[in-house]
Amino acid sequence: MIAWFSDPAHWTGTDGVFALVIQHLIYSGVALFFSCLIGLPIGLYVGHTGRGVVVIAGLANALRALPSLGLIVLLVILFGPVFASDMAFIVPSIIVLVLLAVPPIMSATYAGVAAVDPAAVDAARGMGKRPLDILFDVELPCALPLIFSGLRSATLQIISTATIAAYVSLGGLGRLIIDGRAQNDYYQMAAGAVLVGALALMVDLVIGIISRLTVSPGLTRRA
Amino acid sequence: MRFDWLYRESGRIAELFLWHLWLSVIPVVIGLLLALPLGWLAHRAGFFRSTMLGAAGLLYTIPSLALFVLLPLALGTRILDPLNVVVALTIYALALLIRTVTDGLDSVQPDVIQAANAMGYRTLPRLLFVELPLAVPVIAAGLRVAVVSNVSIVSVAALVGTPQLGLLFTQGLQLRFLTPIIAGIVLCVLLAALLDGIVLFATKRLTPWQPGGAER
Repeated sequence: MIAWFSDPAHWTGTDGVFALVIQHLIYSGVALFFSCLIGLPIGLYVGHTGRGVVVIAGLANALRALPSLGLIVLLVILFGPVFASDMAFIVPSIIVLVLLAVPPIMSATYAGVAAVDPAAVDAARGMGKRPLDILFDVELPCALPLIFSGLRSATLQIISTATIAAYVSLGGLGRLIIDGRAQNDYYQMAAGAVLVGALALMVDLVIGIISRLTVSPGLTRRA
Repeated sequence: MRFDWLYRESGRIAELFLWHLWLSVIPVVIGLLLALPLGWLAHRAGFFRSTMLGAAGLLYTIPSLALFVLLPLALGTRILDPLNVVVALTIYALALLIRTVTDGLDSVQPDVIQAANAMGYRTLPRLLFVELPLAVPVIAAGLRVAVVSNVSIVSVAALVGTPQLGLLFTQGLQLRFLTPIIAGIVLCVLLAALLDGIVLFATKRLTPWQPGGAER
């Protein structure tokens, strides 16, 4: 495997490691963006109003049971003929990534907002803040630690599933594993696996750092 | 849907279903058996707590497909060996359950422990007859997550070729044939619901003091 990594031909070019890592990050980033776009507002709404809690919990459980590989394959066959060129597998893969990442973001946001100290919310109301101001100035900042933990598990889920989506020809580090399997090249597979693991750890670390920088020190008692 | 295909293949599908069942259940059982003592250590000692929960988080970060591929290197098994899948899923279950067991034991009220001490319970009997039973609701909640997500992760192992329902997905894509894919998804969801129901039922039997069972 060390031999695989030390071959410069494996690193550069359109199917080199650098290109694959960037592809992996782009697909994951797009999926995470859409997941936040859907998950955050719903979580904030449910947490703020307390309506729809049962629906959220049920949805999160049901979606966890869905096999991601099956969904990807299903959507590729269903939507494949609709789109031209590469979009035939990119769109279905991104849809599945979003579908898997929305529940953790949604439930963490809801749980975070619901767990905010009612005294803080009351104090904000007493200061004359309107409901929307309470949500964005008090509830959201106080819920950030939990929201970040939800984002973290959603991101890991996305990176992990994006690897699997290489099976339906999506680019990214999964390519090394799937192509390696097809060519019976175990070292290429192992190299892909090591790289995916390293990427997941790096991204996890980055999110951890962002969360440290943005969460108010008053909440973590580090002040 | 081609029901005649399903009927013709029913024997093979049943076989894959059973494989899927074992591959989902065994790792959770082993994971739980390992997580109980480790979670207890983490609950008792601050040093173990940070290292073990940190290690668990780290293990949980590694994508499943990567783990399936790398384990043969560590275990000396062949890539097709189902043992790789069992070990990989045990690692995930363990990583999830250590935290759950620790949280569960933490959730036991200090008054109860003092009462048990006053009644003369020693450490081990107190753990087995007082703390563990009271920690069941929290542990069961984690167990449900572990079981249900395992059912989904097992199907990923189809990409390295281990027999289970995931093979229906790869077969469906190769043949551009929807029936096996839909059958595979439905059976996975049914299996997850079944295992979840069993854990839920067992929890209700183990926690008769909880009104309405152990939901949440």
